[in-house]
Amino acid sequence: MTLKRLLIGSAAAALLAVPVTATSVQAQDEDNAQYFPGLQYRSGPYAPSGIPFANGYADYLEMLNQRDGGINGVSIYYEECDTAYNNDRGVECYERLKDAGPSEPAAWSPLSTGITYALIPRATQDRVPLLSMGYGRADASDGRVFPWIFTAPATYWAGADALIQYIQEEEGGDLQGKKIALVYHDSAYGREPIATLERLAEEEGYELSLYPVAPPGLEQKATWLQIARQLRPDWTLMWGWGVMNSTAVQEAAAIGYPMDRFIGIWWSGTEPDVRPAGNAGTGYKALNFHATGTDFPAINDILTLLYDEDEGYGEREGVGEVNYNRGVLNAALTTEAVRTAQAEFGERPLTGEEVRWGFENLHITDERWEEMGLAGFAREIQLSCEDHEGGGSAYVQQWNGEAWEPASDWIQPRNDELRPAYESSAAQYAEEQGIELRDCSEEM
Amino acid sequence: MPMRILPWLIIPPAAIIGLGLLLQGISAIDSQLYFTWGYFLEVLIAGTLQGVMYSLVALGFVLIFKASSIFNFAQGSMVLFAALTMVGLMGWGLHWTLAFLATAGVMVLLAMAIERAVLRPLVNQPHIILFMATIGIFYFLDGFGQTLWGSDVKQLDIGIPRTPIFIFEETFEGGILVNQFDVIAALVGGALVAILAIFFQKTRIGRALRAVADDHQAALSVGIPLKTIWAIVWSVAGIVALVTGVMWGSKMGVQFTLALIALKALPVLILGGLTSIPGAIVGGLIIGAGEQIAEVFLSTYIGSAIQDWFAYVLAMLFLLIRPQGLFGEKIIERV
Repeated sequence: MTLKRLLIGSAAAALLAVPVTATSVQAQDEDNAQYFPGLQYRSGPYAPSGIPFANGYADYLEMLNQRDGGINGVSIYYEECDTAYNNDRGVECYERLKDAGPSEPAAWSPLSTGITYALIPRATQDRVPLLSMGYGRADASDGRVFPWIFTAPATYWAGADALIQYIQEEEGGDLQGKKIALVYHDSAYGREPIATLERLAEEEGYELSLYPVAPPGLEQKATWLQIARQLRPDWTLMWGWGVMNSTAVQEAAAIGYPMDRFIGIWWSGTEPDVRPAGNAGTGYKALNFHATGTDFPAINDILTLLYDEDEGYGEREGVGEVNYNRGVLNAALTTEAVRTAQAEFGERPLTGEEVRWGFENLHITDERWEEMGLAGFAREIQLSCEDHEGGGSAYVQQWNGEAWEPASDWIQPRNDELRPAYESSAAQYAEEQGIELRDCSEEM
Repeated sequence: MPMRILPWLIIPPAAIIGLGLLLQGISAIDSQLYFTWGYFLEVLIAGTLQGVMYSLVALGFVLIFKASSIFNFAQGSMVLFAALTMVGLMGWGLHWTLAFLATAGVMVLLAMAIERAVLRPLVNQPHIILFMATIGIFYFLDGFGQTLWGSDVKQLDIGIPRTPIFIFEETFEGGILVNQFDVIAALVGGALVAILAIFFQKTRIGRALRAVADDHQAALSVGIPLKTIWAIVWSVAGIVALVTGVMWGSKMGVQFTLALIALKALPVLILGGLTSIPGAIVGGLIIGAGEQIAEVFLSTYIGSAIQDWFAYVLAMLFLLIRPQGLFGEKIIERV
């Protein structure tokens, strides 16, 4: 602990009283820069999850600036605002950032279902895309009702379907009479998969039991007593976030629940979720929709260009962890949407409307992932005017005590059943809000 | 004295048996409610052990309130700061015992700094001013600790076993599950209370602390140095925060959310009284057991995730009977 750190600590502690803090990636040429606003959280109870995501997002953009001069020579201007995973502050940050860049914002990614809900009307009114990557409203996958909201590469409903498919395979194909428990964050986020799991329970014949946990989720002893000593389910699923995840893993271990029958959604499958439990967390599983680790040329470029020069946003050890790579994926999807739009509108800073066109024509094939230096990082993604999710594949990963390793192949959610559910729910929303459906055939 | 203890020997077992019989009766009428005596005792024991953890948090509040009538809003961030410092020192290669002692030293220095920089300039100010100063300390420590040691979730492993054990397997089908960590945490909590009781009752400083707690002016008039006493009591509260941080940090990892466990102490303080160490202990046990039983057995009827607010409801029910809390001092003001 040096004196410098002590002084910085004192100053930073004083600054914590200020609700919003900001960092930025400076563009090399601000007059010809595409603006990327960042709604991140580096403070508050969810900071351990938010910081690595924010680092991955910012590092990828900075790497593109340094390696390629931005996107096709259009440099990237990134400004960040700390929402603390708080809806009010999320809206405040949105309003503060939306006119703070040299161009219109390319897209928003608030990393919070609650903030996403709050921003849907604003992003729609301001005509800027919002990418809620693996969170937010599942029915926003219907681009006819939610023209500015994107859910790629997967929604919670798709995640629930993939999890049930995985369990079905583990059980030899038959879920009749099986007991499945869902432990969930008692919020809009945690309640998202319930309808899908209930529908699948009717179809597959398993018994679903629900266990809400009051946020932030510090207290779960009673929940786990009920699960492990009363219900004794065959499988337990978790929709948790932040401290709820690590507490659940530890309470489950404390009560002797078998870890290899406990599976979390992708927001319940990061290193901070399992490390506090030590060896007790070994065997715990979670869904994921991208790869982990640093064995990708693009991530090596981040290490070489930024961390070797001591210019990385976080600690070198954090590069390649789940939340870090998720930040990289979020940045990569957005920059690819911009790149796609540039091919149509020209290599210049784009408007939100033009970037939306880029999202709706985004097609990242396996070959394109390889060209991006991210071969095998995620599955092929193709979006359209109607389909704002585009794929939805995920796989199960398992904690081996030191790192996550794949425990299944890619699982393709049953979109023939999910799509009508998205459309039905979106149609209901459209009716409530008086929204007229887009005619996508006219926008081809 | 035996007559004072007698109700405590009779009432709790009677209440537990009565509650068990009531739940058994309801389960006989309504099959939705799952009840066996083994399960009931398992929930009760788990809740009681959890309650000791709440008591640990509440103790820090009680110590400072007793000596200075300040409700220390910063107690939760002291817990976080202590745990972060200890994990940070262990990260430098120190054995946990040395890291614990070094952190205790840091907490004493912190207490002296708080007394010098915050409390001394505010002597004779209304209590609400001192309370607001502790809110400032909360935010400062919260940010300062995380800036020094980082915001990552950190594992704190001091070798406490976490494996579940089963007791009374012959009496109850499947036995009663108890986690070793919870038992050890309860023993640590009990030991801490015993040490504090000896400190307050048997030492000169302890007697001076009690004198200050009873009447600041009278204590000053007989030569007890108020500033020194405040520094000592904040130091003791800091060490209690360290023990609390170690136990909670070992349980759920050291992270920002540790600061929020102070919220779990509030119903304990309402119930036990702000000025009583035994009150913090008994209050913690009642809140811990009560909320777990409510979550497990009442959730069938009023929904799950109720334990947080149920703790406050339980505390308020007690307040209807004893407004000063179970062990709090009854304040009589003549007007």
